[in-house]
Amino acid sequence: MLVCRQMEALDTAKIRQDFPVLQRMINGKRLVYLDNAATSQKPKQVIDAISNYYSNYNANIHRGIHTLSEEATEAFEAVRPKLASFIGAADAREIIFTRNATEAINLVAQSWGRQNIKEGDEIILSPMEHHSNLVPWQMLAKEKNARLVFLKLTEDGLLDIESLKEALNPKSKIIAVTQMSNVLGSIVPLEEVCALAKSNGTLVLVDGAQGVPHIAIDVKKTGMDFLVFSMHKMCGPTGVGVLWGKAELLEAMPPVMGGGDMISMVWRDRYTPNQIPWKFEAGTPNIADVIASGVAIDYLNSIGMDRIRAHEIELTDYALKRFSELKDVTVYGPKDPALKGGVISFNLKGLHPHDVGQVVNEDAVAIRVGHHCCQPLMRDLDLMGTARASFYIYTEKSEIDLLIDSLINVQKVLGHVAL
Amino acid sequence: MSLSDELYRETILDHYHNPRNQGTLEGDKVLSVEGVNPLCGDELVLYLKVENDKVVDLAIKSRGCSINTASCSMMTEAVKGQSLAQVEEMIETFKNMMMKPEVQDIPEEFEDLEALQGVKKYPVRIKCALLPWNTLIEGLRCAESRASGSTEGPKTVSTE
Ligand SMILES: Cc1ncc(COP(=O)(O)O)c(C=O)c1O
Repeated sequence: MLVCRQMEALDTAKIRQDFPVLQRMINGKRLVYLDNAATSQKPKQVIDAISNYYSNYNANIHRGIHTLSEEATEAFEAVRPKLASFIGAADAREIIFTRNATEAINLVAQSWGRQNIKEGDEIILSPMEHHSNLVPWQMLAKEKNARLVFLKLTEDGLLDIESLKEALNPKSKIIAVTQMSNVLGSIVPLEEVCALAKSNGTLVLVDGAQGVPHIAIDVKKTGMDFLVFSMHKMCGPTGVGVLWGKAELLEAMPPVMGGGDMISMVWRDRYTPNQIPWKFEAGTPNIADVIASGVAIDYLNSIGMDRIRAHEIELTDYALKRFSELKDVTVYGPKDPALKGGVISFNLKGLHPHDVGQVVNEDAVAIRVGHHCCQPLMRDLDLMGTARASFYIYTEKSEIDLLIDSLINVQKVLGHVAL
Repeated sequence: MSLSDELYRETILDHYHNPRNQGTLEGDKVLSVEGVNPLCGDELVLYLKVENDKVVDLAIKSRGCSINTASCSMMTEAVKGQSLAQVEEMIETFKNMMMKPEVQDIPEEFEDLEALQGVKKYPVRIKCALLPWNTLIEGLRCAESRASGSTEGPKTVSTE
């Protein structure tokens, strides 16, 4: 007999109790936090893990033989397999800790890139990359006299796969692409991208800074070569980024930073590098925050990534509907919630996004305004910037209603002005 | 009174909705200087005509937020037709008003400009208000060096 089990909706009321900051009052009103694409809030489990580490077993890791050091090392290293299984990687040695997603991309560009990119080679990017997944490649291309090639977007702001088919050629060495746009919310069809890349012998680096916190990912099934993300956007603390790479690639790559921990043997005039992952982790790492990142992963797993995605599709669907009721508003990016993350970028006609952000802040509604670190995309769209509301596990429909009410008030306060 | 009312006081909105001296100036005596605020996306070009130690004409072509647009508009009104010495004093007064916590003795001709003080509480937006003024400083510097025979062009003014 077939048992049909419906996915249970998120209990946001219960989840919200885990996030102390959501009790914050601003200007006499309860905080409505809609800036999750910039950074998520942290559950008390994660906050407590940090204080527990410092209160009970703070010690430097590796090589210590006393109890505290052993406990700290064990807790720190236990996060690697947890992260590996979270993203579908088989081998915990493939997980490298960095400061953030940006540092992870720079690591690949400086290590793999310098070793493998030659004059005339092509690096393929989408036009909606965050500066983090653009500038490191610009730096590499300049150094190596390589070329950056930009794909196209469709009318709806989705990646135009045809443009990738056209772009690929024997000089295409790597495609660096976001899993989800932090401005348009567009989700990139990674399996298709990776299949095309593979048949051309091109590597794929996925910027999962926006995708990994919201959508289950399986690096093996998808077929990418590198994945980067930042823990602070997924209930974890700031200061921890993750680079995942295929072991054989990482093993062949030279270290970028030298120092303690990344070495095996050192003489006066030379060293031998440590094994992966430590080869890329010079110096004392961010022990407390890595340990707390493991707790963030546990937290997300306890909710379930599929339920998180379903919750955000529902919120996005609702938000798109509510926005369509507003007058004089433009919403950017795809309109199908199935192709979009929980990100709504918009402008009110005749109003500057900074003015909009300032006035909704009076209602304790926190949104982001500006270019969202995507200046080239803003230029393509001929925009000074956008206002952006972005959702997460604790976001409720009533908060979207508060945003909409607040936007109506903005139009009242600032008036309608023709551009 | 809510902060937004204070910040977007009628004076600011009036200048935002009907900016004075918006546009360009032409002629070989006219200097143009660009100003940008990368954070906010404010962009402006200041057109300035200085003759006999006097700002005889100026105009601004801008694209920016309400604070920036209003500051541009108010500045052009305040500065137009004034002597260079008076303009320099105004710049000083305006900067003090925006950067220092307590300011007394705000001169009468600052009636409208005073409304911009509401911005003080929002550090990121002080830059929006200051951009036209900093661009004016560069314009005046350039006018002066031109008067003394230099052909050096103005630099773009950026808040970053
Ligand atoms: C798509 C994307 N990539 C990269 C980053 C950079 O993340 P981080 O600043 O944590 O390195 C962000 C953060 O905003 C992002 O949205």
